[in-house]
Amino acid sequence: MRKRLPVLLLVFLCSFTFYAQEYFPKNDGVKTTDHHYTAFTNAKIYVTPTQIIDNGTLLIQRGKVIAAGRKVSVPAHSLVIDLQGKHIYPSFIDIHSEFGVKKPARQGRGRRSPQYDASRKGFYWNDHIMPDKNAFDAFAFDSNEAKKLLQAGFGTVNTHVADGIVRGTSVLVALDSTDRYDMRILDEKAAQHLSFVKSVASAQNYPTSLMGAMALIRQMYKDAEWYAGGHAENRDFALEALNAHKGLPQIFDAGSYQNDLRAAKIAKEFGLTYIIKGGGDEYQRIREIKATGASYILPLGFPDAYDVTDPYQASKVSLADMRLWNQAPGNPAALAKNGIPFALTLSGLEKTDNFKTNLIRAVDYGLEKTKALEALTTIPAGLLGKSDIGNLKTGSYANFLITSGDLFDKESILYENWVLGARHIMEDMDIKDIRGTYTLNAGGTTYTLTMTGEAASPKPELTAGTEKIGSKLTYQNGWFNLFFAPDSGKDGFLRLSGLVATPEKFGGKTVRGNGTEGSWTATRTAGHKESKDTAKEEKFLPETAAVTYPNKAYGFPELPKQENILFKNATVWTSEDAGILENTDVLIKNGKIARIGKDLSAGGARVIDAAGKHLTAGIIDEHSHIAAASINEAGHNSSAEVLMEDVIDADDINIYRNLSGGVTSIQILHGSANPIGGRSAIIKLKWGLPAAELIYKNSPKFIKFALGENVKQSNWGDLQTVRFPQSRMGVEQVYMDYFQRAKEYDALKKSGKPYRFDYEMETLAEIINKERFISCHSYVQSEINMLMKVTERFDFPVNTFTHILEGYKVADKMKAHGVVGASTFSDWWAYKFEVNDAIPYNAAIMHSQGLNVAINSDDAEMSRRLNQEAAKTVKYGGVSEEEAWKMVTINPARMLHLDHRVGSIKEGKDADVVLWSDHPLSIYAIAEKTLIEGVPYYDYETMKQMQANIAQERNTLINQMIEAKNKGMKTQAPKKTDEKHFHCDTEVYGI
Amino acid sequence: MLKLKNILCGAALLTGTWGIAQQTPAPRQTASVLITGAVAHIGNGSTINNSAIGFKDGKITYAGPLSGVTTGAYDRVIDASGKHVYPGFIAANSTLGLVEVDAVRASNDQSDTGDLIPHVRSIVAYNSESKVVESCRPNGILMAQVAPRGGLISGTSSVVQLDAWNWEDAAIKTDDGIHLHWPSAFRSKGWGFSGPSEFVPNKDYEKEIGEIRTFISGAKTYLSGPKSPENLPYQAVSGLFDGSQKLYVNVDGEKEIADVVRFAKTNGIRHMVVVGGNEAWKVADLLVENDVPVILSRPHRLPSGEDDNVKQPYLLAKMLSDKGVLVGLEMSGAMERMNTRNLPFYAGTFAAYGLDKEKAVQLITGNNARILGIDAFAGTLETGKDATLFISEGDALDMRTNSIPHAYIQGREISLESHQTQLWKRYMGKYEAGQ
Repeated sequence: MRKRLPVLLLVFLCSFTFYAQEYFPKNDGVKTTDHHYTAFTNAKIYVTPTQIIDNGTLLIQRGKVIAAGRKVSVPAHSLVIDLQGKHIYPSFIDIHSEFGVKKPARQGRGRRSPQYDASRKGFYWNDHIMPDKNAFDAFAFDSNEAKKLLQAGFGTVNTHVADGIVRGTSVLVALDSTDRYDMRILDEKAAQHLSFVKSVASAQNYPTSLMGAMALIRQMYKDAEWYAGGHAENRDFALEALNAHKGLPQIFDAGSYQNDLRAAKIAKEFGLTYIIKGGGDEYQRIREIKATGASYILPLGFPDAYDVTDPYQASKVSLADMRLWNQAPGNPAALAKNGIPFALTLSGLEKTDNFKTNLIRAVDYGLEKTKALEALTTIPAGLLGKSDIGNLKTGSYANFLITSGDLFDKESILYENWVLGARHIMEDMDIKDIRGTYTLNAGGTTYTLTMTGEAASPKPELTAGTEKIGSKLTYQNGWFNLFFAPDSGKDGFLRLSGLVATPEKFGGKTVRGNGTEGSWTATRTAGHKESKDTAKEEKFLPETAAVTYPNKAYGFPELPKQENILFKNATVWTSEDAGILENTDVLIKNGKIARIGKDLSAGGARVIDAAGKHLTAGIIDEHSHIAAASINEAGHNSSAEVLMEDVIDADDINIYRNLSGGVTSIQILHGSANPIGGRSAIIKLKWGLPAAELIYKNSPKFIKFALGENVKQSNWGDLQTVRFPQSRMGVEQVYMDYFQRAKEYDALKKSGKPYRFDYEMETLAEIINKERFISCHSYVQSEINMLMKVTERFDFPVNTFTHILEGYKVADKMKAHGVVGASTFSDWWAYKFEVNDAIPYNAAIMHSQGLNVAINSDDAEMSRRLNQEAAKTVKYGGVSEEEAWKMVTINPARMLHLDHRVGSIKEGKDADVVLWSDHPLSIYAIAEKTLIEGVPYYDYETMKQMQANIAQERNTLINQMIEAKNKGMKTQAPKKTDEKHFHCDTEVYGI
Repeated sequence: MLKLKNILCGAALLTGTWGIAQQTPAPRQTASVLITGAVAHIGNGSTINNSAIGFKDGKITYAGPLSGVTTGAYDRVIDASGKHVYPGFIAANSTLGLVEVDAVRASNDQSDTGDLIPHVRSIVAYNSESKVVESCRPNGILMAQVAPRGGLISGTSSVVQLDAWNWEDAAIKTDDGIHLHWPSAFRSKGWGFSGPSEFVPNKDYEKEIGEIRTFISGAKTYLSGPKSPENLPYQAVSGLFDGSQKLYVNVDGEKEIADVVRFAKTNGIRHMVVVGGNEAWKVADLLVENDVPVILSRPHRLPSGEDDNVKQPYLLAKMLSDKGVLVGLEMSGAMERMNTRNLPFYAGTFAAYGLDKEKAVQLITGNNARILGIDAFAGTLETGKDATLFISEGDALDMRTNSIPHAYIQGREISLESHQTQLWKRYMGKYEAGQ
């Protein structure tokens, strides 16, 4: 839409008496009724985006459409408005609005101890679950905001309180400005809204993480079911509301493609249909987005270009952020092309004014106009199950726009936005265009008056002969008012006023500075010519950067393919009894290690000369926190209900960096914020694939436990002293309590009696039933011993002790207990009090006592050189090199119960292998190739080539952004998005 | 490979006692020593095969080919054929001895209150009996610069040797330099609940530099006057202007480095050193021109951005060295004290990614000594210098072969035991005895 000076917004109240409530008393006049019709003729009418009537008539009465068609009989008592050459569209609908509702105030974050229990009584145990809240109760019509929305073309919004995980119901509101509250509210409970983000109104601690929010939603659904079955003894008004709102559309504010997929995962588990509000980056994984089968709500906010004119500042902006600027306007087009239904929303748009600009931008990026229109009309209406908005069929609400022409034309003008049959004028469509050149006779002098600019607010240029005279013009409601100071102002101002009858010639009265009156006339001598002064707004469509997988530096334009490869004459570290084989060939076929031997024939496989090089199995990191969106659910002392699989971040650059260090499999462990942590994700580092495809098929089940300073919150500050446990004594009792309860839960479940499904208890019962294994973060000998004694009482062993820094003090006890694995750091110590006695000889001592020992990282940096960390076990304690190598391959595979698939070079195993330039335990060894299941995900030379490509693409994008700035597009200051690096004790709420 | 028994014997000989918390400093050298047959890594980029290194009364008396020395002239001859001799490695910009356990605040003495506190001196807080300090020696780290942290001007550092009864004994160069943390032109917006933090242009960059400028010009004015009443902070930086002290500037960015080089020049600071220097390679010519050395951050860190070469930190030493910059290697960063023992492997990493191996040795010997201003008596195996050196079974820059049977500080053969080796032996003893 062209920029306009003060926009007119008039609401015509002439004929509203027909809405007056029939049983309401009236004391300010007499009761009247009016059933007249309004007919709009000769317009191009979009009844729906696909049903278009040229030169048609729209007939409305009492706020509804009576008919729309080419031949509509117009009743005699109709007000007829001729819309020759103009278009009529259904008004837009935004179903993800916060119009007229306020977010609650944020709880003060002053110094105080954390809150573990809910503040609300009689509701669910978690304050962030508020299905009982209704936006209707918080709603107050905001006239100023409504004005902006009307100007953007919206007629109806579905508005909600954007606060909390379950946010309650929204209200569907028509934006007519006539203060008819009863009519405006089209549906007081239109949809239920959800998100992953906690309420700002409550300080309740749980959940502190994204996976905690997901677990909470799941448990809530299970509890609602249990409650509906009449099993609960208490009243819970939140669950009652949740059950009551089951039939409503469920709108989930996810906010990024990764969170879209997370929301869709929950929906699938519970047989629900979520309408997902995305983040605008869905195009990055469009295949997965389509596979959700969900409908989407897409923001029309697109990132501004970065101001990259300062090269130093520009160097901080990542390729991914630059690409987002370049690609994001293509997001709606990408969904449309893939047949994914979506509505558009203003949510996320900095200014409502930008709506049309961005809408046109989306169209310029390939979004079909019909789809765009549907996304603003029929689709949002359909998503809310409404057939009487978003179209102009008989019986629908008379919500429509009158425009000068094609809506998607930048120059077209939105004249009027009718809502519920009430007229809102944006631009006077009957305005007489007086732009052009005139001969002006006034006060006895002849002037030349030229008017340019907008038809609604022309700008005057006045000359007498060759002399320019400053003048001011107002032109409103047909009245022309001009004043200027003739003769250098010696007689004061001369004021001209008059009603414009025809633009060709008009005139009126003059008033001089001394008050004497006269007359004036203006006669057109030349018409208006469009000036070419539009260079600043010239359309700039940069060439779109290709999407890679993932869509950032080192992403693949096309995913690498599985290859059959023969490695010739390598030194092969088998990590098996076969030991280290010199001059040996290894054939990889169909993703498996097919043959190991001498002089193997390639049989069509690609041959790689590995003479002088070393081939090993891929490194397995038992303890990793990379590739995760969050790590610690610290809100409770047990979080067995959370799943690290929920929060895998397949786009984390650290996956690629780990590959560069020869790592092929990792266990993403929950952090150590609580004695019972969350369930692990065990993944392969298949860079480029989506999160779900990284997870091992039939993955062994693991859970993180933790002991010591972290779980007793020793280093969390003086306020964190209210959660149990605060001592190693308490830690034991947490386990006793939970295992005992899990045992009782399991027994009840097996008895066939009704039981409340509890994700936490389910998980703990799996542990007791030896279906899930513990990997326990552990430091000092007393606590290690304690956990073994606890689990012995419940008849199962601890599978893995991780960190296990004083394992060397109780290696014999661990062996006797049946510990499957001891996974430790090579040489970390002195960072906490409990690691005073941590020694680099730990691995060697535990190994000497027959334990299965691994070296792990717990760190995104160290994991890239675990080969060197393994070498330290040779240095500290004299482990043999062959055994040292097993500590990062087959040993961790064994403790993860994956040794039948990975961890060694053995025929039939997965072809997860690394080719090293040198002895793999040497500081000089460089991983040249890292393959997973025969797919070359990393290659040192390819990496260097990719780096050159990245530099080139950055230059292209930087030039595009400079051009964008030059063409007057808005820019933002450069920024560098920080990477997140987690350790066990990282406490961040990551979304 | 280390054999436990040998180590046990060696330890018993040297220290005489077990079970005490810290190693007893070795007595003054009385018998002269000659190490023969080893590959000597001089620390200046060169090596001598089949070498002899002799030392007496704590000083090196001979460093050259074995053929050029009379073995009989030495009280003790150690045959190190097939082995390697190195000058003691030097950890620059470390905090050894200033913090014992990170999480225990009571053990933390690495920073103090105030932004401009050059008068705060690290040497007086240096704990020569730290268990962390003794853990460095078995890997060849025998000297360290101990520097304060925090603020803009954090204080004054000193250089110590790692076998001492107290800080006075330990000091080999007291108050060698002032440590400045140059502001960053980009600054973190902090953590958000809804995602990762962002780095945005620092609006206060000029203002923060202004604070430093005001302080330095204030000091200059003060020092040119009667100096009364005495101003401790101003007095503490006097060495910057007469050249007796260096200004160590922690700075990483291209722009910031250019700014600080100009700052030092215009303010008459005689010797400045870039510490960190992640983007120093981009302004290498400027650094060479102004004779500014760079002590690079340890390479075992992640690249500074996801667009960077995956190996970016590993490549920096070669990139700078190729351009003629004097390069050293420093220790600051996460878990820096306990990682100080990995210093040789940081140098080794630079060697794995293109830097000549002897140049890599030089980073943590000759170059660090030159940069810290102790090269007159330390850093290389040259006659007349301190006999602070060690023997390694193999390449000391590779953890696979870094194995040290003998180490000397000023000619004193030091214990290579530690709290950690003692626990190792205690528990192996437990298991071997079937207890």
